[in-house]
Amino acid sequence: MAQTVQSILNSIFSQVQSKFKVTGKVESDKRASIQVDRSQIVEVADFLKSLGFDHVKSVTAIDYPDAQEFEVVYHISSYSNIDLAKTIVALRTRVKYDDPKLPSLYKIWESVWTGERETYEMYGIIFEGHPDLRRLFLPEDFEGVYPMRKSYKIKTEGLFVDKPS
Amino acid sequence: MEVDIVPVEGELNVGPQHPGSGHMRIYVKLNGDIIVDADLDVGYVHRSVEKLSEVRNYMHLIPLVERPAILDSIHMNLGYIMAVEKILGVDVPERAQYLRTLAAEINRIASHLYGTGILAIFLGHSTGFMWGFGDREVWVEILQALTGARVTNSYIIPGGVRRDLTPAIKEMIEKAIAYQRKKVQDWYKIFVKNPNIRDRLENVGVMTRENAIKWGAVGPNLRASGVYYDVRKIEPYAAYDKVDFEIPVYKEGDAYARLLVRFEEIEQSMRILEQVIKNIPEGNILSDRFFKQIPPTRLKKWWEGQRRVVFPGYYASFRPPRGEAISRVEAARGELVYYVVSDGSPHPYRLRMITPSYRLIYVFKELAKGARYADLVAIYGSLDYFPPEADR
Repeated sequence: MAQTVQSILNSIFSQVQSKFKVTGKVESDKRASIQVDRSQIVEVADFLKSLGFDHVKSVTAIDYPDAQEFEVVYHISSYSNIDLAKTIVALRTRVKYDDPKLPSLYKIWESVWTGERETYEMYGIIFEGHPDLRRLFLPEDFEGVYPMRKSYKIKTEGLFVDKPS
Repeated sequence: MEVDIVPVEGELNVGPQHPGSGHMRIYVKLNGDIIVDADLDVGYVHRSVEKLSEVRNYMHLIPLVERPAILDSIHMNLGYIMAVEKILGVDVPERAQYLRTLAAEINRIASHLYGTGILAIFLGHSTGFMWGFGDREVWVEILQALTGARVTNSYIIPGGVRRDLTPAIKEMIEKAIAYQRKKVQDWYKIFVKNPNIRDRLENVGVMTRENAIKWGAVGPNLRASGVYYDVRKIEPYAAYDKVDFEIPVYKEGDAYARLLVRFEEIEQSMRILEQVIKNIPEGNILSDRFFKQIPPTRLKKWWEGQRRVVFPGYYASFRPPRGEAISRVEAARGELVYYVVSDGSPHPYRLRMITPSYRLIYVFKELAKGARYADLVAIYGSLDYFPPEADR
């Protein structure tokens, strides 16, 4: 049975949609994005793993200061299933500034280890259940707000920088 | 006389000044000489590319994103530009696609030789180190002739590449391939089939197929564990769907298999180079959309005279439409992913750069567990882990 990649992503998306309360879309024959509430992210991730998505490429957060929230994005794909390997699915969820907590997906995909640790350090999002949630890149004596938040301003210096008025 | 061997627990710091650590500190917990746990203290060369990308224009970011892996800069450059092109919706002419493949493969060979050289010096084989760096020079020279720079080439720009291929460079590549083929035979004699090297690498740092998938390994390390996964085949970019090549895959998953995969990839890369030189189509090297914006006087001087592209004013601070793009390329060390979010301003709203070495941090940590302390450097070298690339 020759199944095109397009229909694979479509069928996966409709399966996820029938089981869970998710939004999102299939963007092309290789990319899809699934938006899920954080209370359901573990179940959705577990379901996606059972479909054959076996590793996480990256864990990313995006800061939206206007809405006072972060969007956490897991890019997942597959090594063992050659059809799924052609796709990348973005699993997204949102957390608020005042409660930046998220269940860790380490139990489902071990490959989130580095990404969640870095996201914790750069954004201050706490992944509950991560076995080793410590700083990774920053110096031990680093102080101040989490550096990847938009509120962290980069100090620029030099001749061509306007003085603050 | 009888000697009682008492297992002693202890900790050791490898690096950051240790010759076998690179820009990284490996904190090793030992029981006797068995590694119980290894903690990788990375971040000594962190340059916060992701944060800086929030205050730089898209074009200004090109030299920045290729800095983390200076010995693999074409791939870093290519992945980023592919993501930007997706947001901009630019088509790339055929000739430029071939040139991208050409530059990328030259860089892959140079990077593999570098990695092998480093592995050799870790194992105390200084001839391998000098050969690796000596052979690499040949390919770096070609990149210099093609792009004008030795290591950070900034060769690929949105819509195409900066310079065209000349007959002189073609000849250089042919000579280099002939040289490298001969030299690879010598490599096998003195290094790869050397009984000492085999003893140090065989059955060391064994990563099973399941573990490789679970830990999210990438590149040659993944393929040495029996997983057939290469972005060039899975999701062909540049001109990879038009050239014929194979992906070496080994089942063993040990350090020796990782070395063999890299050596065989050098041969495959040379095959690709030959095909590219033979089949490269005529045409422009920059998308018409940007090419038309170059003033005629400058075109006459640079393009017709030296086959070089001058930047039209558009590049200074273009504003791509809102949206996001994710691109992946097979860099020398493995899969490289860029995730760019644009909010319509001249800077990316968020740029995420997931380099191969970054994904190897966890792999390295897990592989070191249970190994002998003396094998730590063998595992390290065989993974071809490059600390600045992990730190970004």
